[in-house]
Amino acid sequence: MAKAPVSEEILKEQFGPHLNYVPPGGWKDESIHPAEKLVKTHCCFCGQQCGIQLKVRENRVIGFEPWEEFPFNRGMLCPKGVKRYLQGNHPDRLLSPLMRSEQGFRPATWDEALDFTVSQMREIQQKHGKDAIAIYGGASLSTEKSYLMGKFARVALGTRHIDYNGRLCMVSAGTAYKLAFGIDRSTIPWSEIPKAEVLFVIGANIGDCAPITTDYIWRCRDNGGRLIVADPRMTPITRNADLYLPLRPGTDLALLMGMLHVILRDGLEDREFIEQYTTGFEAVAESAKQWNLGKAAEMTGVPPEAIEKAARWIGKSKRAIVMHARGLEHQSKGVENCLAVVNIALATGNIGREGAGPTMITGQGNGQGGREHGQKCDQLPGQRSLTDPAAREYVAGVWGIQPEELPQPGYTAEEIMEAIHRGEIKGLLSTCFNPLVSLPDANFTREALSKLEFFGVIDFFLSETAHHADVVLAGSLHEEEDGLGCSAEGRVIHWQKSIDPPGEARCDSDIIIDLAHRLGRGQYFQFKNPADIFEELRIASRGGVADYYGITYERVDKQMGIFWPCPSLDHPGTPRLFVDRKFYTHDGKAHFNVTEWRPSGDPISNDYPLFLTTGRVVSQYLSGTQTRRIGALVDQYPEPRAEIHPSLAEQHGIKDGDWVTVTTRRDDLTIQAMVVKTIRPDTVFIPYHWAGTRSANRLTHRTLDPRSKIPEFKVSACRIAKANGPDPSADDRGAHHGGASRGGA
Amino acid sequence: MFGYEFYIDPSRCIGCRSCLQACEECETHRGKSMINFDFIERRESITSAAYVCWHCDEPTCAQVCPADAIKKGEDGIVHSSLKPRCIACNNCVLACPFGIPKMMEPEQQMMKCDMCYDRTSVGKRPMCATVCPSQALAYVRPEQIAARREKPTNIFYFGNQKITTKVYMMAPAEREAIALDVVDYMWEEKHELAATRE
Repeated sequence: MAKAPVSEEILKEQFGPHLNYVPPGGWKDESIHPAEKLVKTHCCFCGQQCGIQLKVRENRVIGFEPWEEFPFNRGMLCPKGVKRYLQGNHPDRLLSPLMRSEQGFRPATWDEALDFTVSQMREIQQKHGKDAIAIYGGASLSTEKSYLMGKFARVALGTRHIDYNGRLCMVSAGTAYKLAFGIDRSTIPWSEIPKAEVLFVIGANIGDCAPITTDYIWRCRDNGGRLIVADPRMTPITRNADLYLPLRPGTDLALLMGMLHVILRDGLEDREFIEQYTTGFEAVAESAKQWNLGKAAEMTGVPPEAIEKAARWIGKSKRAIVMHARGLEHQSKGVENCLAVVNIALATGNIGREGAGPTMITGQGNGQGGREHGQKCDQLPGQRSLTDPAAREYVAGVWGIQPEELPQPGYTAEEIMEAIHRGEIKGLLSTCFNPLVSLPDANFTREALSKLEFFGVIDFFLSETAHHADVVLAGSLHEEEDGLGCSAEGRVIHWQKSIDPPGEARCDSDIIIDLAHRLGRGQYFQFKNPADIFEELRIASRGGVADYYGITYERVDKQMGIFWPCPSLDHPGTPRLFVDRKFYTHDGKAHFNVTEWRPSGDPISNDYPLFLTTGRVVSQYLSGTQTRRIGALVDQYPEPRAEIHPSLAEQHGIKDGDWVTVTTRRDDLTIQAMVVKTIRPDTVFIPYHWAGTRSANRLTHRTLDPRSKIPEFKVSACRIAKANGPDPSADDRGAHHGGASRGGA
Repeated sequence: MFGYEFYIDPSRCIGCRSCLQACEECETHRGKSMINFDFIERRESITSAAYVCWHCDEPTCAQVCPADAIKKGEDGIVHSSLKPRCIACNNCVLACPFGIPKMMEPEQQMMKCDMCYDRTSVGKRPMCATVCPSQALAYVRPEQIAARREKPTNIFYFGNQKITTKVYMMAPAEREAIALDVVDYMWEEKHELAATRE
């Protein structure tokens, strides 16, 4: 049933992506028709959550003005932030609910679309049990909406299966930090970055993915700080690195263990800190013994002297910060990688002090706030565990239900898709998620979608995933609903509503609440607006690790953000964690964790001798649902390119701009080559923002980290060959027809 | 803005092109970007550089203009050509040692960075320098720039042409001027070159 109803071409013509270049009213009319108001809010894209002022006239966002008073970015914006306003007033915008028809999709009334959604979900649950329906959420939703999604799944539908696209983002670091510290948050605010003596950036392409952080790094260097960058590619910040470690994809753990080995070998550890505030050191020290420099160098491809130097710089400095992102996390040992960072920080006592600490860089807009209050499959509000009897009792009490009514933990995002594929989950309601582009092994995802008996989507544009939907509920953009977010720093911020949703489109939370009422559970969803939801969230999070009880919209506006935990109205918030060396673990201590080396789930071989790694470019965001519709951003980097080193290119007779076929054990992709000396010769890089014939995730594999369940996007095995042009058969395999021929339901 | 100066530091540039995108949003030339941006040699490295106009004290573009269409204000800002006067001859485009002026074809007019005149004249910072995520383009007070590793200079040598500018270039701390010719850095030519410049 849930195949695309007509060809991709017809859907593209109707729903885009079309390119929006010009602001409402044109470029020239601004002085004649100035903005009626400037709304202080935030960028809708990444986890930096830059402050921005939107210019509004006649219920349309017509431009922006930098917000220089907001302390995090002080007016700075990346190109996505500059052009974010062009997602509004867009020709592709969904203005009413849509129902699948023979001709594609037809407009429907809200009553028809919502009643259909409810009847389909009810029917499936009656026939196959409550867990036959799954919910997908996303980390671009406000904290209120994220909370609402968790409650909706568990209270309105009673299903175990709710998870979100943050499963593709921060969960390895989150799992590691919870194991080590009992809390899932960056340990320091960004204002401390310039104070470090040594800054070690590993697996984080800051220039492209967290551009504003660059200024903090350069200021650290102005203060005399030294920058170490470990990455298979020379990313933009590498231009000023004092030490560059060009490691082989998937070998971060070997590098980190080699560094820990040197620190302990040279006696650079902080014995006093270790003894007073940590547990588990001896076992980790024992495990580091085997990681001598020779072994670490052999595994990583980094010179032993460079590993030694990096370790000594950190070990001998007074203040070291390690910043890490998806490069470490997107591996089948993502949690181990992050634990290895933590182990180095703990061994050297770099935590709880100014200008020191392990620092995860959250990638998605509300990547932090969206993972704190129950949108994850095993979580209740306040970063509580769904398996903790006391947490269940408390939250059930807030919600007015019995603890037994709360389902047990369900599947994670990729596991949900696999359960759909094997027929265990029959229905899916998805918002803020474009899994066809963002999950690994896209052909598998497409097959799974085609097996759904019911697929409902809440979105503002018709994403490639939504092509497979039975019903699409026209939701709201970031600027169309009030709410809070939480930035990579742990700073809770206010997304001010700037305009109303256009046409018949509705606020996302209104849609969810309406569905809950139509499911007969309205008594548990008596919310008139996001502020009502937040009032309940404050109480539901109270006493949890992510305690929001002391946070109000007014305080957030006045203080320009509040760092959680903030347990009471007179609490100032907590910019730096562990100032008192007390951790959120059961014993109050920080825990060393032994890390285990495992090979990649898609190992290189004679047939597939190269590493494939995927990531982002600065002008696009995630699955591109928004940014592939903004003309100026598309022009900046129009098509995915395969980055390869000149020596590899020469072996295959490939020149810059030539077509190249990249083949993995799943599929092949033919795109143009970008021949650059800034990547290891054994590695191919492709950005993943595109769909269909240009989708890098057709090549990636579904191996998950066993604990965080994050896919191993950063390490696949591939081979390359020169091609004469685009692959004419790719369309057939990639889109409508493939789904139809493989369709099972 | 009083007390603020414009500083360019290509060594901080991360190639994100936020400046290009934001320049389009500037009221005096909305929809057109006046930033000069390049990857130096993308095949070889990730280094990139973004430039605005240097606003020369004695602007070459104005000196070579046969139509007297390019004017420098009392505040030191060198403006786009005056539309009624500009004959689109491209003299300025060819003569500027920094490669700044742009010939706008449909308009048949030279346009260039005016340091966001609409903004700076009402106490706002230029768009590019406000948004630049790496502060490779910065519009700040001199005491703020003094905290950096690199030091500002506004003296450039292009062969025998010495140019001083309103906008500063960040250079290694020991450099007082920026020269492009290798002989400027050779020991044996030092005294002779110095003599020709004075």
